Amino acid sequence: MVNNRYHRQMLFEPIGETGQKRLQESHVVIVGVGALGSSSAEMLARAGVGTLTLIDRDYVEETNLQRQQLFSEEDVRRQTPKVIAAKKRLEVINHFTTIHAEVIDAGVDELELIVPKADVVIDATDNFDTRLIINDICQKHQKPWIYGACVASYGVTFTVLPEETPCLQCLMDHIPSDGATCDTVGIISPAVQMVVSHQVTEVLKIITGNLDTLSGKLIAFDIWKNQQMELKVASLKDDKCPSCVKKQYPHLTYQSQLKTAVLCGRNTVQIRTSAEKIIHFDEMKQHLERNKQIKLFTNPYLLSFEVDKYRVVVFRDGRTLIHGTKNVQEAKKVYYQYVG
Amino acid sequence: MEITVNGDVLTVKEDITNIEELVQELHLEKKSLIVEHNQTILKKDKHKETAISEGDKLEIVHFVGGG
Repeated sequence: MVNNRYHRQMLFEPIGETGQKRLQESHVVIVGVGALGSSSAEMLARAGVGTLTLIDRDYVEETNLQRQQLFSEEDVRRQTPKVIAAKKRLEVINHFTTIHAEVIDAGVDELELIVPKADVVIDATDNFDTRLIINDICQKHQKPWIYGACVASYGVTFTVLPEETPCLQCLMDHIPSDGATCDTVGIISPAVQMVVSHQVTEVLKIITGNLDTLSGKLIAFDIWKNQQMELKVASLKDDKCPSCVKKQYPHLTYQSQLKTAVLCGRNTVQIRTSAEKIIHFDEMKQHLERNKQIKLFTNPYLLSFEVDKYRVVVFRDGRTLIHGTKNVQEAKKVYYQYVG
Repeated sequence: MEITVNGDVLTVKEDITNIEELVQELHLEKKSLIVEHNQTILKKDKHKETAISEGDKLEIVHFVGGG
């Protein structure tokens, strides 16, 4: 059974029997088990990766089912944590893969414990704050990681190899926060799958030792507009990069992290971002207006909107109040869903 | 003036003379992005000084956060 189930993959010459054995001995960490994470976890379990660690703080909701392929209507009814639902499904698909399900917020302390055990890290998060933490931790522990993100019909991916390629910090001139998220401008499933196809292929190449065939390019596409872009970005490696060159790992410090405070007696969580994040107020307003479930109010100083049981107030400096919860994790989820 | 952006031919106003102005015209100035101009990757500080002319080929990739 074991040999048989991977037969077609072993027939593929760059993988072969040796590559298959390496896959079985490998450990891949997937940060975020939404659309990107579900899809890559399923592909890697089917491919015979020996150990998968899945990290996600969230539970399954009805709006996930359109694209998050490991989840069912029953998971929605039970509000099952995503990683628990994913583990259950993946164990039915391939019981030879060991699945570690971590119902946690992927912060610095949590990733510091998990990333050192990984051979490769897949980014399947929904926000830049966590991505920049992944970027720093993977540089610190010399682990390859695959950036992947998508919104609407657009997707982008890049493989970061420590000591070789530019890192995400080198490539991004600022961290945008303009409210363009899957919960405001939407997302179609094929865009997710396209990003995952690139990410998982890069993981297979890394684990099976086919490093010479890694893409080395920043890959992006708009699958609806029929656009495909591939940029050779090696020249953008920044010789002053605080992450991959100077090894100061700025996003692992307390100052750079999202600060949350529960406001006493107000059923409210306040969220403050790092000074590095630039809030694009007008764009955020436009993006929020597109989701008709959101009741939006603005004045020159703030924008305020109601969605589900929450009222969210974003000030021009980016400080955000999430009314309707005292739970920090819940507030962060709402923040990344609608503010970005 | 006709230029190609991400494989599509675009007609842009004649008063767009450099990459920075083009990025604004395309409403991408608030994005974190990378521009390749006639197969040369440009750092952001070169956007203003890099002139655009008829027939140029550009690839523009911006970073997004969803997933």
